[in-house]
Amino acid sequence: MDLNHLWFLLLGVLLAGYAILDGYDLGVGILHPAARDDRERRIMIHSIGPLWDGNEVWLVTFGGALFAAFPSAYATVFSSFYVAFMLLLFALIFRAVSLEFRGKRESPAWRRFWDWGFFGASTLATFLFGAAVGNVLAGIPIDAEGVFRGTFTGMLRPYPILLGLLTVSFAMMHGAIYLYLKTEEELQELVHRWIWRGFGFSLVCCTLATVFTLLWIPDAAHSLREHGWAWIAVVATLLAFANVPRALFLRRPFYAFISSLAAIAGLVFLFSLTLYPNLVISSLAPGYSLNIYNAASSQKTLRVMAVIAAIGMPFVLAYTAAIHWTFRGKVELSDHGY
Amino acid sequence: MDVVMLSRLQFAITVMFHYIFPPLTIGMGVFLVYLEARYLKTRDIRYETAARFWTRIFALNFALGVASGIVMEFQFGTNWAVYSRYVGDVFGSPLAAEGIFAFFLESSFLALLVFGWDRVSAKVHFFATLMVSLGSILSALWIVVAGSWQHTPAGFIIRDVATPAGIVQRAEITDFWSVVFNPSAMERLVHVLIGALIVGSFFILSVSAYYLLKERHVDFARRSFVPALFVGAAASLAIVVSGDSQAVMVARHQPAKLAAMEGVYDTGEGATAIHVFGIPDSEARVVRYGLAIPGMLTLLVHRDLSTPVAGLDQFEPDVPPVGIPFQSFHIMVGLGAYFIALTLYGLWCYRRGTLFGKRWLLWVFVFSVGLPFIANQLGWVAAEVGRQPWIVYNLLRTSDAVSQNLTGAHVGGSIAMFGILYLLLFAVWIFVLNDKIQKGPAPATVSGSTKPGGEGNMVARYSGHLDSLADDKDRR
Ligand code: HDD
Ligand code: HEM
Ligand code: HEM
Repeated sequence: MDLNHLWFLLLGVLLAGYAILDGYDLGVGILHPAARDDRERRIMIHSIGPLWDGNEVWLVTFGGALFAAFPSAYATVFSSFYVAFMLLLFALIFRAVSLEFRGKRESPAWRRFWDWGFFGASTLATFLFGAAVGNVLAGIPIDAEGVFRGTFTGMLRPYPILLGLLTVSFAMMHGAIYLYLKTEEELQELVHRWIWRGFGFSLVCCTLATVFTLLWIPDAAHSLREHGWAWIAVVATLLAFANVPRALFLRRPFYAFISSLAAIAGLVFLFSLTLYPNLVISSLAPGYSLNIYNAASSQKTLRVMAVIAAIGMPFVLAYTAAIHWTFRGKVELSDHGY
Repeated sequence: MDVVMLSRLQFAITVMFHYIFPPLTIGMGVFLVYLEARYLKTRDIRYETAARFWTRIFALNFALGVASGIVMEFQFGTNWAVYSRYVGDVFGSPLAAEGIFAFFLESSFLALLVFGWDRVSAKVHFFATLMVSLGSILSALWIVVAGSWQHTPAGFIIRDVATPAGIVQRAEITDFWSVVFNPSAMERLVHVLIGALIVGSFFILSVSAYYLLKERHVDFARRSFVPALFVGAAASLAIVVSGDSQAVMVARHQPAKLAAMEGVYDTGEGATAIHVFGIPDSEARVVRYGLAIPGMLTLLVHRDLSTPVAGLDQFEPDVPPVGIPFQSFHIMVGLGAYFIALTLYGLWCYRRGTLFGKRWLLWVFVFSVGLPFIANQLGWVAAEVGRQPWIVYNLLRTSDAVSQNLTGAHVGGSIAMFGILYLLLFAVWIFVLNDKIQKGPAPATVSGSTKPGGEGNMVARYSGHLDSLADDKDRR
């Protein structure tokens, strides 16, 4: 494996890490309005309180690593999706501060404002991630210099919208299972119902997405044909997804969580595989597409970055595991924080 | 306005908003480490109470720093795509390193710092606080390295690379450590960190002085005020030394910037004068209404009394604007002088035992809280505007660096969005901050987690009744 492939893989790992981790806290945000009273909302927010910031760092680091390893792809993607990314930034900022501000005053109007902010921002952000993935898969109009020649409305096509809904549905399911692990008694029963709804929604979106990916994305079928072993990934993803209801049925929520986590990781993997070896597909001419060679930094930089990753990533994994371990178990409302 | 101007404006607005928070985080982080270390050593519960109180403010501030930081990370790509393609090979590495080495460290241990009081032992908690503080310093390190590279590029080569559009040029790393230790990086880092300490100590001084004036939490306030006063005085003195070596560095590597900061339009004969204040007139190429000290600039920059300081005339046509760098720089330095005067006077009164009786002085401390923030912002404005018209000094012009697909409507729209959002957030931040300060530190006796459903408990905990009880105890 050369350094370009290593970095493609590492970016996939960062993206999957982000999807798995922020997936559940975005999901909690999407489910937020379904809670019945202020105490339940506080429990929900407390369940992600110490963790969401660390989860979001996966995105920040993904951005930094993309910049360093494939600067042309970073420049093209970020400038092409200008409007979408500004909306995303708006959502991420709003989400962060509504979590922080909500609990600071007792007033119901105050709390309602941040509650809706939290819900709206979480939903918007999740949807935009999926829609961006959809656009990348479907290809965007970039010219030889990597400059975007389309419009924002041109990106609101059916396929990206479908993938946006897919990510929202998975976040709902994933977030609900996470909450199930974190809650007790009546709230837990309520959450149990949310899981099933989330699963049903995901099932519909997933089926549609599979069909339309095979129909509309020529490269998708192509890479499966080329890499026969990739079918294993498809099957594994499906099995993981199917294991969610099974684990729930057996009353083993932790396995359900692991399963939905694996299903999300599988989807990210399949996304990367479909894209490979490209990073951005040009819908104007195949020769304009940016791939892991023509968009990459120099070998020297990739090597420096590999050293940085080799030193840093074990720590990152250790921190992530350690805080999830420290804050394991049921939520206890406390007076510091939210 | 064109896309370049708008993008510059947007970058300036967003980074200046972001930079309200990190200095406070960095400065207060050090103070939290101190408080918890004292607690571990003495096991005096009052240190813990104090640490808990400042942690709450710290967390609020941190959240805003994080929220506004993500914007910065994205903006190089969204608005400065040409720049990103050109320098990504060099510039991306420190940014990625910041994520991997600093942000994960900070955010993970922050969870323990804020939510871990009842989950981990005091020792582990202290360690977490130490790591958060270290993380914030590391994030400053990496971002300052990246930013400084734009001012004094080093450790790279310009190379031709093949792209779908043909051969284009870009900067590539040749020596990673030369990038990290580029000529301005370490001096700037030191200066930025000292600036952060000033922000942190003035913040604590202000809140504590307010409590002293209102005669609330008096013991707590004194215990916070005095160490902050010492740190503030030391940092204010140190920043002059560091700033002086910054200026020498600027003169060596970015002489046009120095000329702009000092309003030296034309290279004269013999030693150059320094202006204590004034209004540069770029039409007439003179500084008006100024107070000049003859020869002083040459003395400071060249350490002699004969070499003239290069004026802007030597760098035409690539010269920065003069007014903004000049005024920002001078106000920053003026504020620095004020911080020294105030803190030294405070220390003198403290030695004589009259400090806490001087109400006017305490009020001055209360209202000085905003000034270090302003000094920090102005320092950056002087540095960054003084770099113009280059985005990467002597390599890439700002006007060539902007994303080609953007229109004025795009950037105008996002500026409006950020403008409104940031105004809202700023107002809420001040509001909540004030709320927390009004509530003050919780009495140590009833701390600990309330069980679910214990809302009533929480209300009681914050009631003025309990607060005053605690104060009574404090005074005993
Ligand atoms: C509390 C904040 C504060 C205070 C009191 C001062 N500074 Fe400062 N200064 C900064 C905070 C700062 C800063 C925000 O941290 C900057 C912006 C960029 C940088 O390197 O540091 C800065 C920049 C900066 C620069 C520009 C560096 C460049 O353009 O590359 C110079 C020459 C000085 N400072 C010099 C001084 C001097 C001689 C001071 C004497 C009192 C002083 N500063 C006080
Ligand atoms: C344009 C340049 C900048 C970029 C791209 C940037 C990026 C970021 C990002 C993405 C975060 C959020 C990290 C998280 O999610 O935990 C952040 C926070 C932070 N940044 Fe910046 N930043 C910039 C300027 C600065 C400067 C100049 C400093 C200090 C000298 C600084 C110091 C910090 C610190 C200490 C934090 C932690 C949060 C806080 O303290 O409020 N940043 N930054
Ligand atoms: C946090 C403190 C900072 C402040 C207050 C600040 C302030 C500014 C200002 C006022 C401008 C506009 C200058 C002009 O266009 O005339 C600017 C531009 C810019 N700064 Fe900074 N800056 C900071 C830190 C950084 C850092 C750490 C980096 C890089 C890592 C950076 C990179 C840039 C870039 C890329 C631009 C846009 C291009 C340009 O106008 O030159 N800045 N900044």
